[in-house]
Amino acid sequence: MTAVALPALPAPRRRRLPTTPGQLALAAAIAVFLLAFLVLPVATVVYVAFTEKGTGAFTLVNFLDFARTDLFVRSFWNSVYVSGMSVVWASVLALPLATLTTRFEFRGAAVVQTLGFLPLIMPPFVGAVAMQLFFGRNGSVNLLLDDWFGFKIPFMEGLNGVIFVQSVHYFPFILINLVAALRNIDSAMEEAAQNLGSSGFRLFRRIVFPLAMPGYLAGASLVFVKVFDDLATPLLLNVKDMLAPQAYLRVTSIGIADPMGYVISVVLIVASVFAMWLSALALRGRDYATTQRGGGGLARRKLKGWEKIAAYGAVGLILALVLAPHLGLLLLSFATIWSFSPLPDAYTIAHYSRVFGESSLYIKNTLIYATLAGLIDVVLGVAIAYLVLRTKLVGRQWLDWAATAALAIPGVVLGIGYLRAFYGVTLPDGTPLAALWITVVLALAIRRLPYALRACMAAMQQISVSLEEAAENLGATKARTVRRIVVPLMTGGILAGFVTSFATAAVELSATLMLVQSNSDAPLAYGLYVFMQSPAGRGAGAALGVIAVLIVAASTLLSNMLAERNSANQGRKT
Amino acid sequence: MTGPNSTAAAPPLLAATPVDISISGVNLSYGSNHVLKDVNLEIRPGEFFAFLGPSGCGKTTLLRLIAGFNEAQSGEVRVGGRDIARLPPWKRDVGMVFQSYALWPHMSVARNVAFGLEERPLPRAEIARRVEAALDLLGLSHLADRRPSQLSGGQQQRVALARTLAIEPKVLLLDEPLSNLDAKMRVQVRRELRDLQQRLRLTAIFVTHDQEEANTICDRIAVMNDGVIQQVGEPMELYERPANRFVAGFLGTANIIDGRMGGQGTDRRFEAQGLAPIPVPTTAPEATGLMFRPQDAMLDDPSGPDVLTLPGRIAQREFLGGTIRYVVSCSGREVLVDRPFQSAMTALPVDTPTSIHVPRDRIVWLTA
Repeated sequence: MTAVALPALPAPRRRRLPTTPGQLALAAAIAVFLLAFLVLPVATVVYVAFTEKGTGAFTLVNFLDFARTDLFVRSFWNSVYVSGMSVVWASVLALPLATLTTRFEFRGAAVVQTLGFLPLIMPPFVGAVAMQLFFGRNGSVNLLLDDWFGFKIPFMEGLNGVIFVQSVHYFPFILINLVAALRNIDSAMEEAAQNLGSSGFRLFRRIVFPLAMPGYLAGASLVFVKVFDDLATPLLLNVKDMLAPQAYLRVTSIGIADPMGYVISVVLIVASVFAMWLSALALRGRDYATTQRGGGGLARRKLKGWEKIAAYGAVGLILALVLAPHLGLLLLSFATIWSFSPLPDAYTIAHYSRVFGESSLYIKNTLIYATLAGLIDVVLGVAIAYLVLRTKLVGRQWLDWAATAALAIPGVVLGIGYLRAFYGVTLPDGTPLAALWITVVLALAIRRLPYALRACMAAMQQISVSLEEAAENLGATKARTVRRIVVPLMTGGILAGFVTSFATAAVELSATLMLVQSNSDAPLAYGLYVFMQSPAGRGAGAALGVIAVLIVAASTLLSNMLAERNSANQGRKT
Repeated sequence: MTGPNSTAAAPPLLAATPVDISISGVNLSYGSNHVLKDVNLEIRPGEFFAFLGPSGCGKTTLLRLIAGFNEAQSGEVRVGGRDIARLPPWKRDVGMVFQSYALWPHMSVARNVAFGLEERPLPRAEIARRVEAALDLLGLSHLADRRPSQLSGGQQQRVALARTLAIEPKVLLLDEPLSNLDAKMRVQVRRELRDLQQRLRLTAIFVTHDQEEANTICDRIAVMNDGVIQQVGEPMELYERPANRFVAGFLGTANIIDGRMGGQGTDRRFEAQGLAPIPVPTTAPEATGLMFRPQDAMLDDPSGPDVLTLPGRIAQREFLGGTIRYVVSCSGREVLVDRPFQSAMTALPVDTPTSIHVPRDRIVWLTA
C-alpha cells in the first residue's frame, strides 16, 4: 500500500499553478485507496441491507424484519439508553474535575488532568474485566459492603455494567474538551459580568458555562458515538442485547449471507451520523470560545475551608474510580486465584512467562499491524493535507471528507464490510483476500486515518506559506523547499499523528474481531479477548492487558513530548 | 454608522450627580514586581480623566484596581467619599468598558445590555426601559437583535458602552477603548465619547498610551511611568511645563540638554558640555537639564533680546508635511528644529552652518 502513496512526498508542485499530472496521479491513487477500502466495503453493507437475499432486488423487508423483531428493537433502545446514560455519568465525572482545575487554585490540578487521561490508555474491554473484580456482584467493593453493612450495589449488573465501564473510560473526552473550552474563555468575559454585578454560581450559569458549551457538546457527542459503536465491552460483560454485539453475533453465528447483520450495521451508521449531525447543528455559529482577542484564561479563585475538603474528596473518589481498572488488571496479572475475596489469594509471575512464551506472537503481530497502520495513515495524511492545503486541485476537499467520514463507520461495520466485499476476491493460491492479515492492517489504517489526517493538517497549517516563499525567493527549488523547510517543520506533527494511530490501532478490537481468521494472525487485543473468555485464561489475559497498557502509555507519552517539542520549536503564530 | 442620538425619547440615563474619586497611598506588587508605587490621585466630579503612559507603566493595573479586579497591598480607593477597596467587583457600581469589549457571543445585543440590569435585579419594565434608553443613546436600536459577531468593531464598542451605561454606574472606566478601531474611526469615536461624557456629566477615566487621544478627550491627565505617577495636569500644562524628562519626552518631541547649575547669586549659570555657560536668573531651580520644543527654536534669527544661541550645522532635513524638521548638529549633540512649511519656501540644504536661537522664556528647567 505504501508504494501507492509514497510518490506524494518527493513530487510537490507549484501552489498557484494549474493542476499538474503529478498532483492528479497522487489524488487518483488516494481516491482509489479510499474507494477500495472504505467506500466499497461500506457501500456493500448498505447494498446488502437494502436488497433481497439471492435476487439482488431492492427491498425494505429487511428493515421491516428488524423493526418486527423484539430482540433488535430492544437492542436498539438498550444501545441508545446505555450511550445516553454513559454521557450523563461521564459528565458527572468530568464537570467537577474540569471546573476545579480551571477555575480554582487547586493544588495538583496538573496531576488530576494527567490522571484523567489514564483510562484512555486502556481499551475499555480490558478495564471491564478488572472492574468486575472490584465492583461485580462478588467483587471487592460488594464483598466489603456486604460484610460491613449487609447490602450490595449492582454496579455491574447487565446494562449498568456497560454504562459504568464506558463512563469511567470515556469521561476524559468530555474533560479534555471542556477544559480546553474553559481555558479559551477570555478573562474579560468574566470580568465584564462581575463589573455589571454578577458573581458566583449565577455568573457560571449565565456566562462561563454557555461559553464552554461548544466544548462540552463536542465531547459529549463523541462519547455517545463511541459507546454506541463499541462491540468488545458489552461482549466481555456478557451483554448481548445491544446493537453492535447483535451485528457481530449475527454475522459470526448465522453467517455473512444473513441480511440482519447488515441491517444492524446500517442502523449503527445512521445513529452515528445522526448524533454527529445533531452536535454539529447545536454547535453551528457557536464556535466563539476561541475567537476572543487578548486576555488570559479565567481568573482562579481560592477554595475556602469546607470547599477544599469537598473538592479533594470528590477528586479522590473520581481518581480511585479511574485507577480501579488499572489496579485491578495489575493485581489480576500477578494473582494465582482471585475469586470471592477482596484481594487475590497469592501472587505469581507465571502469567507473564506464559504470555511472553507461548503468546509472544500476539505482541509481535500487534507491533507489526499497528506500525504498518500508522505508516499508511501518516503517508495518506501528509498527502491529503498537501493536496487540500497547497493545491487548487478540483474536488480535493472530497479526499478530506471521505477520509474523515471513516469516523462515522463503527469498527464492527467496517469489519463486516471487509468480510463481505473481499471474501469473493481470491489470491492466486485460492485464499480469500479477507482472510489475509493485511486486511486487518488496512481496516486499522482506515479506522485511524481521520485522527492522523487532522494531525497532519494541523502541522501543515502551522507552516506559513511565506516561509516556503522565503526559501524559494532565496533560490531553493520546490523540492528542496519541501525537504529543508516543510518536512522539518512538520516532523513533530507527523510523528504525533503516527504515534496516535499506532497506539489506538494497537488496542482496537471491533474490526479485528471480525477479520482475524486464525490465531497465528491475531493481535494482542484479540488474544486478550480470547483469554478473557475462560476463567483460567484471565490471569494471562490480564498480563497481556498490562502489556497493552504499557505500549499505549509509552506511545502517548512519546506523542505528548513530540507535540510539546514541536510547539516549542514553533513558538510563533502564522 | 450613525452618531449618538441626542434626542433620546425615553427618560435619559444617569440623572445622578457626578462623584469624585480619591486614591491614596496605593501600593500593589506581584511578588517582587512593584507595579504601583504609592499612588495618590484626586479626580474631580464629572471630570474626564486619563491615565497616560507606555505599556507596563501600571495604568491598566490602576484602572483594574478601581474596578476591583486587582487588590492593592495598601491604600484607599474612595468613590463619592465611600471606600470601595474591600468590595468585590460586582458590588462597586463602577462601569468598565474592556479593551476587547468582552461582549458575550452567546447573547444578542439587547441581552448583553440587559445583563447587568437583570443581575441587580430590576423589575422587567425598568429593564426594558433602560435597555431601550441605552441602545437609543448610542444609536444601536436597530441592532438590538443582532449577535456581537455580526457587528463592526465600532458597533461592538458602542454595545460595550451601552451595556456599561445601562447600569447607571457612578464612574465610567475605559480601558484603551479606541485601540481596536482603525485610525479614521478612532478620531470619530473619541469625539463621540467626549460628547457623551459631557452630556451625561459622568466621571470617567480613560486609559491610553496615545498622548493625542488623551490630549483631545480629557480634562486632565495623569502621566505614569514605572508604577509612579509622574505628573498630573491639564494637557497644555503638561506640554508646556513638564515636571521631568519622562513627561517632556513622552508628551511630544523635546530637545533636552543635560548639565548642571554653577555659580552663586547674579553669577548663577547653567553649564553643559561643549556649550558656553548660560546665565540664569536666581529664581531658576537647581536644574540638571534644560528642555525646549523643536518649534520654539529658530534658525539664524537672533531677533529679540533674550535668546539662547547654539552654533551648529544642518545634519539632516526631514519634510513632515506641515513642517520641515532640521536635525542640527551642535558640538556633538543633535538638536531638532521645526519650521512651518510654506509653499515656495527654500529649505536650508544639508551641511549649511547655522545657529539655533531659543527665547529664554521657552526654556524649561528640568530637575529630574
